[in-house]
Amino acid sequence: MYSRAYKTLVSLPPLLWVGLFLLLPYALMFAHSFWAVHDGVIVHQWNLHNYETLFSKPVYLKVLLRTMRIAASVTLCSLLLGYPLAYYLSFHAGVRKELLYQLVIVPLWVSYLVRGYAWKTILGSEGVLNGFLQYLHLTHEPVAFLLYSPFAVVLMLTHIYTPFVFLPIYAALEHIPRPLVEASHDLGAGSLQTFLRVILPLSIPGLLAGATFAFVLSLGDFLAPLLVGGASGTMIANVVQSLFGAAFDWPLGAAISVCILIITISLLFLSERLERRWSLK
Amino acid sequence: MSSPAANAQDQLSAAPEALLEVREVAKRFGAREVLKDISLNIAAGEFLTLLGESGSGKTTLLRLVAGFEQPTAGEIWMGGERLDTLPPYKRRVNTVFQHYALFPHLSVRENVAYGLRVKKTSATEIGSRVDEALRMVKIQEFAESRPSKLSGGQQQRVALARALVNRPLLLLLDEPLSALDANLRKQMQSELKALQRELGITFLFVTHDQEEAMALSDRIALLRNGALEQVASPREIYAHPATAYTAQFIGQTNLLRAETIDGTARCGALQWPTNGPSGPAIFSLRPEAIRLASDTADPPGTARFRARLQQQFFSGASEMLEVNCAGGQLLRVRISARGPLSGEQEFVFSIADAIRVQE
Repeated sequence: MYSRAYKTLVSLPPLLWVGLFLLLPYALMFAHSFWAVHDGVIVHQWNLHNYETLFSKPVYLKVLLRTMRIAASVTLCSLLLGYPLAYYLSFHAGVRKELLYQLVIVPLWVSYLVRGYAWKTILGSEGVLNGFLQYLHLTHEPVAFLLYSPFAVVLMLTHIYTPFVFLPIYAALEHIPRPLVEASHDLGAGSLQTFLRVILPLSIPGLLAGATFAFVLSLGDFLAPLLVGGASGTMIANVVQSLFGAAFDWPLGAAISVCILIITISLLFLSERLERRWSLK
Repeated sequence: MSSPAANAQDQLSAAPEALLEVREVAKRFGAREVLKDISLNIAAGEFLTLLGESGSGKTTLLRLVAGFEQPTAGEIWMGGERLDTLPPYKRRVNTVFQHYALFPHLSVRENVAYGLRVKKTSATEIGSRVDEALRMVKIQEFAESRPSKLSGGQQQRVALARALVNRPLLLLLDEPLSALDANLRKQMQSELKALQRELGITFLFVTHDQEEAMALSDRIALLRNGALEQVASPREIYAHPATAYTAQFIGQTNLLRAETIDGTARCGALQWPTNGPSGPAIFSLRPEAIRLASDTADPPGTARFRARLQQQFFSGASEMLEVNCAGGQLLRVRISARGPLSGEQEFVFSIADAIRVQE
């Protein structure tokens, strides 16, 4: 048995951590969202004005919707890439499994920023891709929409988050006992039926976890739009950043952050519920 | 005495119309030879057990029949159709897996309906056949439960129903009872046997438990290091083991390494007439074939010897004696319970019970 003093002592660091770096900032953010700015000074005057602005000016909703659209596209694309990859590795890669797994993981060790700049050099009008297209005479002048567009943001974020989607799906697939697959074949189901009736349902929790990762991380991303998004690819986090920075409107920025936080928490809650429904206990 | 291979051959030709024919099948995993030249016929309606130690290849042979593995050489035929070239989902064979392999995300009913559903059977037929299968294995009341809510014995029944509902020509059972405790295992053994008689489905049963094999099977195919050691009915294989290995694996026995000269076999202080060729020979003498000698003269065809009692193990109806003959030969003797014994005793056995076996 541990003494009371010992228990208090070991629980102190995590409590301090959570309190100082999570609860306090959130409380400050929450408070700011109900304050105001007058002549470049934040005044502690409780009001709902920021939320009114947020919902009355279409620009914020427009960016928020675009952000969700981009996040949804990233989620879909990384699922379409990550699931088949995880499926192949888990069921058919044989001896190449370990190597391929490492190859999927290795890019995670490369700085996010470096990968962002890499996409800039690939997609730019003087970039590798445009050069290649012109070399093939498929186009005669640089294709402009490649860089500084929502497309570029989706592409970059998909590249970055596919491993995050891959990992939980792969883990779920690896946990499927192989005799279940044999039992399915034994009972007359071919490969497609076995996939649809046994493998896919049993991998749903991993799929949901991966999708949640991709969506939530994309929703809050501001580097990808900054690097490759341009004006048409601006996302909600960029708006928050500029409100906290150049515009010096912390209260409005905080109000937007609170909205994003609520969306994120609802999503996490929903996916948690769904995962539990699909898991077997 | 015939060689083990010849003995297996005898059994082959004796079997009535074969449902399954395994023809000179071999299986390698890399450099490891798991099955060597297996030929085996299984008659329709037969209960055949593949018996062997772990690593003997019995499960591999079952998996070849199910289609989860491909033979390296040889062919498998069923009902006049080549089986080994078909994928598992096209074979009229179903398997009861060692750890049941029930689908955890489906209810018991959905598990049992699985095979019919993938074959696009009509909903009404699925309903009635699943009900019938659930009733047959007595698990109707759990129809809507998930497998994880069921005990091992109940899961076993679901696995059985899930296979049988498809009316396979041949049911493969891979150590289906090994995960159950002893009492439940006995009960399931008797239910399995009854079910097999009732349905008339051919069973190919894998086990490492020789008692289970003896109790259930019409014939036992004993595997050793990937080769068939002997194929025979339980009574035949017990009474006439072809090899020393079989004699020891099936039941208990005393192996007597004797020297045979001019129609007399000698092993330490024991000697008895035999009609085999001269030279070294091994005989199997079951413990229950030896009994305490009475004072009256021995009947013809028996041999008598003296031995000192070393140990006595009482087990209810019978007791097992460990006796030491002059010359150091240690023998086991099973007699009906008769109270503590000690010192030197005279024993007798019938010469016909000393079975000459191959090394």
